Amino acid sequence: MTISFEGKNLEVPAGISVASALLAGGARDFRSSIVGNAPRAPYCMMGVCFECLLEIDGVPARQSCLITVRDGMKIKQQLGAPELEDINAGVNHE
Amino acid sequence: MSDEIADLVIIGSGPAGMAAACEARSAGLSVVVLDEQQAIGGQIYRRVETAPSSLLEILGKDYTAGQKLIAEFRSSGARCIAGATVWNVTTEGVVNYVTDGHADEISGRFVLLASGAMERPFPIQGWTLPGVMGAGAGQIMLKGAGAVPAEPVILAGCGPLLYLLAWQYIRAGVKIAAVVDTTKRSALFSALRHFVGAVKGWRDLLKGIKLIAAIRRHGVPIYSGATDLAITGIVRAEGIDFKIAGKPQHVAASLVLLHQGVVPNTQLSWSTGAKHRWDDQQLCWQPETDANGRLGDSVIYVAGDSRGIVGANASAVQGRLAALAMARQLGHADTAARVRRLLASLQRYTHVRPFLDTLYRPQQKNRIPDDDVLVCRCEEVTAGQIRKYVELGCKGPNQTKAFGRCGMGPCQGRLCGLTVTEVIAQKREVDPSEVGYYRIRPPIKPILLGTFAE
Repeated sequence: MTISFEGKNLEVPAGISVASALLAGGARDFRSSIVGNAPRAPYCMMGVCFECLLEIDGVPARQSCLITVRDGMKIKQQLGAPELEDINAGVNHE
Repeated sequence: MSDEIADLVIIGSGPAGMAAACEARSAGLSVVVLDEQQAIGGQIYRRVETAPSSLLEILGKDYTAGQKLIAEFRSSGARCIAGATVWNVTTEGVVNYVTDGHADEISGRFVLLASGAMERPFPIQGWTLPGVMGAGAGQIMLKGAGAVPAEPVILAGCGPLLYLLAWQYIRAGVKIAAVVDTTKRSALFSALRHFVGAVKGWRDLLKGIKLIAAIRRHGVPIYSGATDLAITGIVRAEGIDFKIAGKPQHVAASLVLLHQGVVPNTQLSWSTGAKHRWDDQQLCWQPETDANGRLGDSVIYVAGDSRGIVGANASAVQGRLAALAMARQLGHADTAARVRRLLASLQRYTHVRPFLDTLYRPQQKNRIPDDDVLVCRCEEVTAGQIRKYVELGCKGPNQTKAFGRCGMGPCQGRLCGLTVTEVIAQKREVDPSEVGYYRIRPPIKPILLGTFAE
């Protein structure tokens, strides 16, 4: 199936996590940290570190290691903290 | 929201959770299992149900062994809800969770927390750079996606998982630039006092020895007794600096996988207000339970690695014992003979543990880092800042939040909590048990308010 990351299409196998798909596709920078704006990428791959946060189909700050790829998924980097005006689905608790 | 009620609600479908479900179903209890992942099996048996045979071959027997438990679980009649993020558990047995953007609630006459383990944080210079991950994370990608690094990789730290992954990577054709082993040479001598126990658990011991021999045989450079680890690179990992017997060394690679053991994932048990004790052998917090895993006089039990690291096989047995204890309270059959058999196998599976805990005790500097190392990855707080807070009167992790937001990011302290406890304890010159931990409150995972507005 095809997903896009930062506007670039990627062919990925079905049934794997978004984080795995992007790392295997060569992506390194997933997000930037909220205080120092430093580059970050997945660390734990099991839902505890929150370093793999991405904007997926318009919803910011999703844990991409816990979400399975879907055909046509549009993924963007999560730069800094999520912006409120971008959110249609609701606001993140933290 | 539904108001479904089950005899037993289990959180986590790893060995402890699945085995507990099987045992409870045999005793006639209704069982619902919730797991945050999309497939059952936990981290240890991730995707073992559907993994291609080539992958089973690479991952080895201990992984494939999970198929038996999963088959038993599948035929047990327990209901399984995958992709369920549990954000609240009450001491009365109410469990709140979110699946696919939909909020729901279920009540259990009993609740079993089987949330397993996570890799111990490895706070060293540069550990936040892209290209630095846990060895467990590398293994998760191999199990879950069949994905292996295309470039040479460095494995650094200590513990059984590090050598197991090296062996699996070799079988998968991955080039390993180096294994940088932080096990102290003197650790073997300290560990030898537990040798009698280890010999009783000789199968586990032999497995480890065979792994390390195989890694050496394949010509992988192994640096033993490494100290002063630091990841090099500015915006991405480029390699690792370390010392062997005081002499500086450097190995270059774009991917560095760190590991220094696993620790209980205690987020759920803390959130219920349960008491925890500091375990100086395993250097982590463990919930205080009775022999069957019950938290105080609540309806909540804990089994497996989230109660203290015991490994997959012992976790499964603990799950079964907890389920039998609940079954007895619900007036189900006599369980004495079954319990005796299970206790014997629990002992067999845990013989080797004190030996492993001592041999692979992570180095102090890799747990209690120098001032310039980031401890809280989310809010970017260094060890030096935490020590400053202590000088200003900060007594424990809860107060570090007020001093500088330490532990207040999205991971809710999971990746810094143990380090913060130990850094403060060292600075105050008191025992970690006196310093305590963060007060963990629900929701224990960030959730979208929109989910509840529906």
